[in-house]
Amino acid sequence: MNADQRRRVAVLGLTAPAYLWLVLTIFLPLSAMLYFSFLTEAPFGGRQPVATLAHYRSILTKDLYLDLTWRSLRMGMDVTIACILLGYPAALALARHVKGRWREAMFLLIVLPFWSNALVRTFSWTMTLRGDGLVDRAIHWVVPGMPSLDILFSYPAVVVGLVHAYLPYMILTCYVSLQAIDESLIEAARVLGAPGRTVFRRIVLPLSLPGLLAGTVLIFVPVIGSFMEPRILGGVAGSAMLGTVIEEQFTRIFNWPFGAALSFTLLAIVLLILGLAAPFLRRTLRTA
Amino acid sequence: MKASTKVPGLLSLSLRLYLGLVLFFLYLPIAVMMIMAFNRSSLYLLPIEFDTVWFEALADNWRLIDAGVNSVALAIVNTVVATALGTAAALAMARYRFRGRTLLQLLLFPPITIPWLIIGTSMLVMFFWIGIGRGFHAMLLGHVALSLPYVIVVVGARLKSFGTGLEEAAATLGATPWQAFRRVSVPVMAPGVVAAALFAFAVSFDQFVISYFLAPPGVSTLPVEIYSSIRKGFTPEINAISTIIILVSMALMLAISRFYRFGGER
Repeated sequence: MNADQRRRVAVLGLTAPAYLWLVLTIFLPLSAMLYFSFLTEAPFGGRQPVATLAHYRSILTKDLYLDLTWRSLRMGMDVTIACILLGYPAALALARHVKGRWREAMFLLIVLPFWSNALVRTFSWTMTLRGDGLVDRAIHWVVPGMPSLDILFSYPAVVVGLVHAYLPYMILTCYVSLQAIDESLIEAARVLGAPGRTVFRRIVLPLSLPGLLAGTVLIFVPVIGSFMEPRILGGVAGSAMLGTVIEEQFTRIFNWPFGAALSFTLLAIVLLILGLAAPFLRRTLRTA
Repeated sequence: MKASTKVPGLLSLSLRLYLGLVLFFLYLPIAVMMIMAFNRSSLYLLPIEFDTVWFEALADNWRLIDAGVNSVALAIVNTVVATALGTAAALAMARYRFRGRTLLQLLLFPPITIPWLIIGTSMLVMFFWIGIGRGFHAMLLGHVALSLPYVIVVVGARLKSFGTGLEEAAATLGATPWQAFRRVSVPVMAPGVVAAALFAFAVSFDQFVISYFLAPPGVSTLPVEIYSSIRKGFTPEINAISTIIILVSMALMLAISRFYRFGGER
């Protein structure tokens, strides 16, 4: 074996298992799902399915599914905007006003809940948002005249739960681009007499835009595909989303081809967003 | 960061205060849940009467215990497989330029960027179709796929930060490729591999969506079992087990942070 052959064997031996695994668990399943979405019924138990466009036609024409899609997108926007408004100032504080050991500790404190169990954290909101619960009582103790906090099993509860779940993403991506800003730029602007507000508007904000955008995509995409949070926190009214309907097709109604078509519609939206944001995302992730 | 001292103190102070509020928001529900796990009332009624009755009840809840055993076993097997496969792939990607490198990188994207709902349902469809079915093995297939990107990124970052200089030096000094790997590459990689393994464990232990679609009745993991309990109606035992899970997850993350710096350079 010469050196080139040996090299080739090494590469193949090292990467083949990961390749095969990902092809079997990611590529082939997505292909199978695409195939299923064009069938009249699932090809199990000797049934003879026929090719059809009916699933996509009903998704694209029936008001119910257009409405569900819109609700999912709306939820994605609400959660993302809330995360920007809450997360950006936090990232700014972390990157520019906290230093050394403190910053390290704060960083860890923000990442910790983010990496703990998402289901458990969603569940924890059912106890926090209930009327006459611990938090409700605390609020009334401080401000006696307040209306009850009772928003559990509603759309706002879903938004609160999702913001809680994804806020750290926004803080982290904004932090990364904020702390990469060259200090001399800001100093130069100050020396030239720019007031703090102008420095922020003309230098800090534009330079941190890539991080803001990365956070937006990283939050928007999983949120429009969420089903567990709306199920647990949304009750009947707040859980009618694309994600929960897909879950139902696969676990309750067992209309897999239709569920597959819904999943692919969602995937198409996701890919569109990722495609549009790809150039910006790549830049931010490289610095992260 | 010198310039931050020049920022008006009031703005700086209020931003720092705000950061504290954000942390309060992040930890509030977790704290409430933990407190309620020690409350005697099964209906979460106040005032709180301290009791460990729900933790004791866990000892008799065989559904949760079985699910817990499944979760830990799955996470351990997942850690071993994903760390081995991922470390090998990361080595190849860091040390060699080869055709198909971009394809492999591309295959690593879906597990992190596409909603798990889509991945989970498509695995269900595919596995059912070709006869793999649902169960422990199917969940393992899914968990490893989700863990691989993390392992490859974490180990890859470690390898990249060291470059190939040390290995080349070893080779120049007469080491065989195997010796160079054993005595140079392995010690260099080790902290990255440990962090990657902890990540893989955490990914699997906390994974709900994929497991949910691939768990047949009777074989579930803790998150799947908790989800069905929540949907059936609240039980404070779930608070107790959730408290334990959160503490385990956080301990894991603290362990990782000893090997891996979040957010890069500080």
